[in-house]
Amino acid sequence: MDILVYALYIVAFAMFILGLSGLTAPRSAVRGNKIAAAGMAVAFVATLIHIRETSSWLIIIAALVVGVIIGIPPARKVKMTAVPQLVALFNGVGGGTVALIAWGEFIESDGFTGLRVASGPVLPLVVASLFAAIIGSLSFWGSIVAFMKLQQILPGHPLSVGRLQQPLNAILFLGSIVAAVIVGIGSTTTGAAPVWFGAILILAGILGVTTVLPIGGADMPVVISLLNALTGLSAAAAGLALNNIAMIVAGMIVGASGTILTNLMAKAMNRSIVSIVAGGFGGGGKGA
Amino acid sequence: MDYTGFLANIAILVLSGFIGFAVISKVPNTLHTPLMSGTNAIHGIVVLGALVVLGTAPNPSVPLQIISFVAIVFGTVNVIGGFVVTDRMLAMFKTRPTASTDGKN
Repeated sequence: MDILVYALYIVAFAMFILGLSGLTAPRSAVRGNKIAAAGMAVAFVATLIHIRETSSWLIIIAALVVGVIIGIPPARKVKMTAVPQLVALFNGVGGGTVALIAWGEFIESDGFTGLRVASGPVLPLVVASLFAAIIGSLSFWGSIVAFMKLQQILPGHPLSVGRLQQPLNAILFLGSIVAAVIVGIGSTTTGAAPVWFGAILILAGILGVTTVLPIGGADMPVVISLLNALTGLSAAAAGLALNNIAMIVAGMIVGASGTILTNLMAKAMNRSIVSIVAGGFGGGGKGA
Repeated sequence: MDYTGFLANIAILVLSGFIGFAVISKVPNTLHTPLMSGTNAIHGIVVLGALVVLGTAPNPSVPLQIISFVAIVFGTVNVIGGFVVTDRMLAMFKTRPTASTDGKN
């Protein structure tokens, strides 16, 4: 049966690639999107076959129903002018999923120590999970801020603490890495470290907020694209940790194409990614 | 330690990266936003990870159940919402060129 699951995953990611190449030309874009969506359905069915003996069907079905009920109405009804912030929100919940998966794995494997029982590499899987936790949380909170700025819940102009902004971000980044290393070391010796794992999610989340806040509203589409690419990378990392090829391929394709796309979008606006992410710089291109 | 499976996954990862770069090498400016939205929907694949974590846990604890529930809800919103909104954007995009060519004729 696992051969069937693997085969369906291969069909699914072939459809993602086909769909994505369709999306790059106006004539084939609509069909490309549908092919990718069909590929997602195939991957979904394959996963349900993979976990068919689970005792958690009730929770899974309930969660899927809630997700569909929450997800479809805004996608269908929101005004076209409000689409960028909706995409930011959808990207954010995707990043949130990755962070939560890493958290769930952390709990399930008893602080990653459970991974040692299985034969195979431990450290790379732990590193992949921790990467997923950091980037997932960063992407979630960064996207929420991007959404709130475009929705004008937060002011669209750059909000920063001036010269201290970059050192602050650097400290938050290093802090989350240190917490991740502590959790990682704990996984190869003894005991769980839930507090440190929480610290990873919180520090990376604050980093997401402080990175996006200083960026002006006009630059926001580029930032959303960058966060989109990051979520893709974190999805690929989570796929490595879970040994799931559909997630590895889909996540990495989004990570790579998203990076290129971010660069193209920045170029189309005559901006560089670095100057946009540095934030506040040049007034954040407000009114461009 | 058996690294064979892990290295095979790394190989898949690297090749996928090159495919992603290659596919997006040429894309008209007008398609940037729909493409961003489309790739956004594709990374909704993470919902599979949430299903696997919960589905393969023999006796999921209550915290794991709660975390997985939220993760599956989030992932489903990402996938469904992403594809639906991309389709809407593209439908709007498609009518424009035909309208302008009609005008020329």
